[in-house]
Amino acid sequence: MVGAAPVRHKSTGAHPGAEVTAGHDVRRYPGFLPVTILCLIVLYAPLIVVMVYSFNDSPSITIWGGFSLRWYEDVFFGLEAGKFKDAAWNSLSIAAMAATASTVIATSAAVGMVRGGAFRGKSASFALLSLPIMVPEIVTAVATLIFFSAIGFTLGFASILVAHVVFCIPFAYLPISARLQGIEGVYEEAARDLYASRAEAFRHVLLPLMAPGILSGFLLAFIISLDDFIITNFVKGAGVETLPTAIFGAVKQGIKPNIMALSTLMLAVSVVFVTVSWLVGRSGTKPGG
Amino acid sequence: MKRERDPRGARAGGSAAGPPAIELRGVVKRYGSVTAIREASLEIGDNEFFTLLGPSGCGKTTLLRMIAGFEDVTEGAIFLYGEEIEGLPPNRRPVNTVFQQYALFPHMTVAENVAFGMQRLKRPAAETEARTRRMLDMVELGGFSERKPHQLSGGQQQRVALARAMAPGPKVLLLDEPLSALDLKLRQAMRVELKQLQEEAGITFVFVTHDQEEALTMSDRITVMSAGGIQQVGTPHEIYEKPRNRFVADFIGETNLLDVTVEEVSGGGRCLCRLANGARLECEAPGAPRQGAAVCISIRPERLSIVMPGGDSLAKPGGGARAPRTVFPDSPAKPGGGDSLTGVIRRIVYLGTDTQYLVGLEGGSGITVRTRNADHAALGLGPGDRAALNVDEGAARLLVD
Amino acid sequence: MAGGGDTGGAGRIASENTPGTWAPLRGWLLAPSWLVIGVFLLAPVGMMLVYSFLTKEFRGGVIWELSLAAYDQFIFDRGLFGDEPPQLEWTYITIFGRSIAQAAAATVLCFLIGFPTAFFIATRPVHTRSAWLFLVTVPYWVNLLIRTVSMKFLIRDNGPLNEFLLWTGAISEPLALVNTNLAVQLGLFYSYLPFMVLPIYASVERYDFTLSEAAADLYADRWTTLRLVLIPAVIPGIVAGCILVFVPSLGAFLAPDLLGGAKNFMIGSLIEEQFKGNAGNWPFGAAASMILLSMVLVALLYYARQQIRGERAG
Ligand SMILES: Nc1ncnc2c1ncn2[C@@H]1O[C@H](COP(=O)(O)OP(=O)(O)O)[C@@H](O)[C@H]1O
Ligand SMILES: [Mg+2]
Repeated sequence: MVGAAPVRHKSTGAHPGAEVTAGHDVRRYPGFLPVTILCLIVLYAPLIVVMVYSFNDSPSITIWGGFSLRWYEDVFFGLEAGKFKDAAWNSLSIAAMAATASTVIATSAAVGMVRGGAFRGKSASFALLSLPIMVPEIVTAVATLIFFSAIGFTLGFASILVAHVVFCIPFAYLPISARLQGIEGVYEEAARDLYASRAEAFRHVLLPLMAPGILSGFLLAFIISLDDFIITNFVKGAGVETLPTAIFGAVKQGIKPNIMALSTLMLAVSVVFVTVSWLVGRSGTKPGG
Repeated sequence: MKRERDPRGARAGGSAAGPPAIELRGVVKRYGSVTAIREASLEIGDNEFFTLLGPSGCGKTTLLRMIAGFEDVTEGAIFLYGEEIEGLPPNRRPVNTVFQQYALFPHMTVAENVAFGMQRLKRPAAETEARTRRMLDMVELGGFSERKPHQLSGGQQQRVALARAMAPGPKVLLLDEPLSALDLKLRQAMRVELKQLQEEAGITFVFVTHDQEEALTMSDRITVMSAGGIQQVGTPHEIYEKPRNRFVADFIGETNLLDVTVEEVSGGGRCLCRLANGARLECEAPGAPRQGAAVCISIRPERLSIVMPGGDSLAKPGGGARAPRTVFPDSPAKPGGGDSLTGVIRRIVYLGTDTQYLVGLEGGSGITVRTRNADHAALGLGPGDRAALNVDEGAARLLVD
Repeated sequence: MAGGGDTGGAGRIASENTPGTWAPLRGWLLAPSWLVIGVFLLAPVGMMLVYSFLTKEFRGGVIWELSLAAYDQFIFDRGLFGDEPPQLEWTYITIFGRSIAQAAAATVLCFLIGFPTAFFIATRPVHTRSAWLFLVTVPYWVNLLIRTVSMKFLIRDNGPLNEFLLWTGAISEPLALVNTNLAVQLGLFYSYLPFMVLPIYASVERYDFTLSEAAADLYADRWTTLRLVLIPAVIPGIVAGCILVFVPSLGAFLAPDLLGGAKNFMIGSLIEEQFKGNAGNWPFGAAASMILLSMVLVALLYYARQQIRGERAG
């Protein structure tokens, strides 16, 4: 009876004969692979098409006129080059500053949340930290604009920077706190036991162990800042443009090949950043690993 | 919990003068509604190898962490060489810890780990370096100074942790189950090494373990803990031979616990007790037992021996009416006060060095007897045979609870 | 006794139970984040609420006079001068309805594609899993504007997609996709698909496949197992994915603006219009934002309740 059981199951199961071949692998569902491939095509097709057409020699975006780098040249030296350069400088400097500030704030918050023990208002504090992700971007944009105008703050570089710091905090916070949760508290205790003050325990033990999390938090915050259009568009005021607002302004008049070249450049920057962040996260999943 | 004084003086191994290395006075630790330490008072002498022994969850780590400064004391006070240390953060206490999983800083080399404490104390760089080298040589890891902790074996990591904790020259070293992560052979070797290190360095060790063998082999004195309370403090010999209560007797080694009634209190800390089956036995009684009280006695299996009824030694000359009767001519007959115990052998277990007999006493309860195989070759007994048992003098001890 | 591991000691993490090295500094450590988010987000949202009850100033800004006009305008039409008897105003309700419908449709579409994808990735061998996952997440990190523009480029009337379809003979004349609800749908789906994949992936990865084997052993076929055993087990991941797609879709601006055009307005564009351009009506924009925020909070509260219930169930 015992020996016969599996045979019986296979031959007289719900679908006789259907599953006799090979092992019944409960992880395999027919059709899931094609859907996954479809998913990847949908995700990548638009990007690849734009990348390809950015190398199009023809000024028309519909006709393929052979390979050329002329639109890249146009981005750097063409009529709009100055505008793009200013926008790129604004974007990068705002991203660098906002990512730095939000990473410092998020690191401090992560130590307080993860290492602060149980305290009243912990969930409220967590909710506050995640608020910038929860509130729809357009609402954040409106609220920030109203706030700045109500307190009479002139819109411009500074207002963009402040807004970016706020919405970058949760993105920096998540990888940093995840990393910190994986570090046993006993290392700080060992440092304290060996005569380290709090500051020294942080500087010599906790900070180096948290470093991979802090780095990926910084990189994510940087990308998120570079990515933002809606909030920037509301609080930028007149005259200050970032790359996304400049591109948005340009595509309102139709997609031109130089915009595709610019997009491809930005895309490449994002991909490099994410890859680095991914590799860093992977190499440092375990403290000491 | 009453504190038991060491018979050799106030503190074993301690200098006669000067305050104890560590003194706990009425220390209580509560976590909210959970009481982790009920009330602990202890004195740990200078240069003493002092062990906290008890089952998992009894509060050993908590006690150690309070001394190190990681937990605050709910009630009571802790003194280090006569000075109260409550309120001092861990980095201001001249006490170092060897953590259970070592807690070696994974991003630092072995040498950096060992030098860490001295650097925090702002010792001169040359001195730090020299001492780091000396400490690593001491633990025989001189050639490993540039490795990262994860490139070392468990035993090596353990020794680095030890070197790191000893490098700043603490007055007291706290060790939380430092050997529990090692395999058996290594653990046994490390026991000897640790003890030797402690003797050479001349510092106080407070050693935590749940392994009684470890505690017995290394310690000058042992505190047996259970459920947040101190059960008994004493030398390994005292703890083993003179367990104060049922918990200690049961937790340390193997023992037979028998329920008895006190029949007659004789002088000199002895009394005569009656077993459930009516047999009477003379016992050591440390307290002052009340006549008629129902109590519990402990007899170690190796302090019992087997006497075959009907053997020629039955009427051994020189024995009194209730003289112990033994089949072994070479074992000295001791005059025990009380009847001999008789029963039927139920099971015999061969243990290599020893043989263990499970004997069913008349009246139902079972008792374990252990004999050394080297002393007595096979007795030729089998299950079902009747046997009488001889109890060594002073082996039966009355327990307080 | 010996050899039995003691779990109490070094495994104990400071965060859990000790006063800890950092607990005394907790307030100082958290203060910067509280301050920044409190002052520059929480307070602004409060101010936005106040603004939604003020009177509009033409050409942007407000007059500090309490008024329910913004909310009233949302629901009622009182004529050009506000003196006619109120009639139900459908314009804005329609926009909100369309937004909800679009967001819901995007959520369903993302689920239909995202679930099999997440499942497929979660059942890959461990060493290839993170590469698959990486592949799915990379597009998310590409600038949303660029992705939306790319989508517009791809699906425009004489764009590569139409050319491809014409070339295969699947269609005889180009599909007019741009400026339709379908294009917006496609844009939303494309924008937020990774948000569906990631949480579902996380819960499928934790799923114990011996449960599926047990179901198979008890004569359930694959699809029955999926429906009755696997999906109920990974529901928390599915709910999280749906929330993560639905919420940003509801307030999306770029996809409807670039792909939908004026006829297919969603909330995001409606709000934006009140603060840009000359038709600006700040109180009305603030009111619309408040309504959007309330809808999002309802969705998030529902999600939080699900999570808590899931935790209770183990
Ligand atoms: N932070 C804490 N909160 C609540 N209870 C605790 C905490 N730390 C320890 N305990 C409790 O105190 C008791 C003693 O724990 P511990 O000192 O770790 O025991 P041991 O080291 O002897 O195994 C245990 O019952 C444990 O559950
Ligand atoms: Mg412990």
